[in-house]
Amino acid sequence: MAIPVVYNFRSVKARWSSAIVAVVGIAGTVGVFVAMLSLARGFRATLVASGSPDNAIIMRAGATSEMTGGVTIDTVKIIQDEPGIARGKDGPLVSPEVVLVAPIPLKSTGTDANVEIRGVSKNVLEIRKNIKIVEGRMFTPGLAEIVVGKNATASYAGLTLGNTISLGSVRWKIVGIFDAGGSAFDSDVWADAHLLGPAYNRPDIFFQSVTVHLTSPSAFQQLKDAATADPRLNVDVTREIDYYSKQSSRLTTLITVLGGLVAAVMAIGAVFGALNTMYSAVAERGREIATMRALGFGGPSVVFSFVIEALLIAFVGGLVGCLAVLPLNGFTTGAMNLQTFSHVAFAFKITPELLARGIAFALVMGLVGGFLPAVRAASMPVATALREL
Amino acid sequence: MKYSRLIFANLFRKKIRLVLTVGSFAIALFLFTFLAVVRGAFSRNTELAGADRLVVINRVGLINTMPLAYGDRIRQIKGVKYVTHNNWFGGVYQDEKNFFPQFVIDPANQLKVMTELRVPDDQWKNFLADRQGAVVGRNLAKRFKWKVGDRIPLQNALYGSTKTWEFNLDGIYTNDKEGGDESQFWLQWDYFYENIPDVIKGQAGWWVLRLDSPDDAVRVGKAIDGGFANSSYETKTETESAFQAGFAKQLGNIQLLITAIGTVVFFTLLLVTGNTMAISIRERTSELAVLKAIGYSDRFVLFFVLAESLVIALIGGLLGLGLAMLAIPVVGANLNGMLPPLLLSAAALGLGVLLAVFVGVASGLLPGIGAMQLRVVDALRRV
Repeated sequence: MAIPVVYNFRSVKARWSSAIVAVVGIAGTVGVFVAMLSLARGFRATLVASGSPDNAIIMRAGATSEMTGGVTIDTVKIIQDEPGIARGKDGPLVSPEVVLVAPIPLKSTGTDANVEIRGVSKNVLEIRKNIKIVEGRMFTPGLAEIVVGKNATASYAGLTLGNTISLGSVRWKIVGIFDAGGSAFDSDVWADAHLLGPAYNRPDIFFQSVTVHLTSPSAFQQLKDAATADPRLNVDVTREIDYYSKQSSRLTTLITVLGGLVAAVMAIGAVFGALNTMYSAVAERGREIATMRALGFGGPSVVFSFVIEALLIAFVGGLVGCLAVLPLNGFTTGAMNLQTFSHVAFAFKITPELLARGIAFALVMGLVGGFLPAVRAASMPVATALREL
Repeated sequence: MKYSRLIFANLFRKKIRLVLTVGSFAIALFLFTFLAVVRGAFSRNTELAGADRLVVINRVGLINTMPLAYGDRIRQIKGVKYVTHNNWFGGVYQDEKNFFPQFVIDPANQLKVMTELRVPDDQWKNFLADRQGAVVGRNLAKRFKWKVGDRIPLQNALYGSTKTWEFNLDGIYTNDKEGGDESQFWLQWDYFYENIPDVIKGQAGWWVLRLDSPDDAVRVGKAIDGGFANSSYETKTETESAFQAGFAKQLGNIQLLITAIGTVVFFTLLLVTGNTMAISIRERTSELAVLKAIGYSDRFVLFFVLAESLVIALIGGLLGLGLAMLAIPVVGANLNGMLPPLLLSAAALGLGVLLAVFVGVASGLLPGIGAMQLRVVDALRRV
């Protein structure tokens, strides 16, 4: 026969001060666990959102990021005629891009951050369809005008609409602000690729990558095969979404490993706290337990009851931990993309799935912390325990 | 101390609780120290930077190069002792995951500027004589199990078409400063220069210079930046520590994040242990009342409770610090390459002991004061 769960509710309520030990320990652990994972997720999500499945990025073979790539105008011209590339009103949807970083002070600290400056083609908005100009207008090709991402305008000093800034040897007017839907492009500054290269003493026939819009996501293979087979080309073709998820891997791994390590060690501490609580609960209730046994509840029911109590405490702890870090969701922070050395703003991302994992983690801690004390409770000799004062 | 037996008898009355409380203390201290060490690793390069060194980069950004001839003009500025030009190489060893910084160096001046780096004389002589030579830091060599004489291929896509550059490992450098950087890969300027396309020849990535005296830093910096002002390649000269600090800050709020986690860990465990102390004192209310009834003073009872929690805190704390001393070298070795070297400093250990004492006193104080204010009659009447 099972002992009613309401017994556990009431006993936790009656001994709340000792239950708090376990609740706080578990809440702290779950909080750190969820916060670290959400940080890694947020960074990853920001970079992955930058890629789209029907775009491909083409770089020189062997290049690991756009920073190390190099593509000349002759290559761009060959790529334009490859199969699988969509066409817009001004011809093929191909954006040869120049990527640089420029030091611009962060508003928050006043210290310089490496902001990604991207030279793009005039039809880039047709290629990256999730990017919209929300204020002002797109730059005019051939003029020293730039558009900036919404995170860039919020995070870096001087990037406001109508302002003029120096990048390289040219002064640029900010004519628009774009929303890139929470992707890494939101931290970018965009200019006409043909002007940006020369402003940094680079020939205007030299680009770092080419982003193309595919006729459909499945046209990727066709383009890749054609580009690989073309003897005039020596390039790697990568689906844009794959390229960006790979970019996020180094920082994500670092955060996940470090966060996992800390959470694991903290979990041991929290389990100690839970064990302490449960052992003292068992010790204080020697007579209660013996009475239940005398009434006819079997050993397994007592074990079950105490495990339920531990799980209850752990669940509350997990819930508190999750609620405590929930306000972090959407909190924007910045970090360096370790692949391109450019500064990327991103937000903590707490998903329901992550919260569920936090609660599950808490329940595991509760189970580990509750089982041994429960066994001890069940194995106490009834007669001696009843006689105890 | 004549009461030590009583204190210890009380400590050991519930062995499991003692083990668990000491255990959570140990873990708190272990985590705290570990996080302090990781945090320190991120700022190490800033702290160890030479005070008499300046770094000259292109004003428009670190990745932009400048004319190599600038070096001669910099050398002529009064107060500059040695100048070395470097370039970023950016090759890939086997897989991109194996990232490490690779610098093209000026062999004639590198060691004169980087005075804390040591290469055995015979190894350095071999390197100078070997066009395809390479010198690497001790940590880097350890990470890939390289030894002098190994041949190391690096894939590079930065300069012209992608190709594999072959190197002979001629020497291994060590850093005199404890925990200083030993993770770079150096290659010869000449080998680099003859293998890059003509259009990018004649350029250098940055200069590092050593001054006669750190006091000249501001004046020399101004002289350099002023001299190249309004040219098509303007420079930005900073002290090495300012340069490193700027780089570390860009990694993001990692330091803040680690501090935040450390604080959460610390306060969580402070509450946990504090509460455990309170519970164990509450259980013994009647015993404390007996102590008072037979004539021990209020202050003695407070001292008695505090002493007990301090003993627990100290045992737990020392255990945690010991654990940290054992674990940090192991973790450091496995994280190699992802983080700068981890180094457990005496300051971090001292802080750990101090924290243990603080938590011990703090968690004993509340129940202790409660015990002190206990009215004997009430307490004895309670069953």
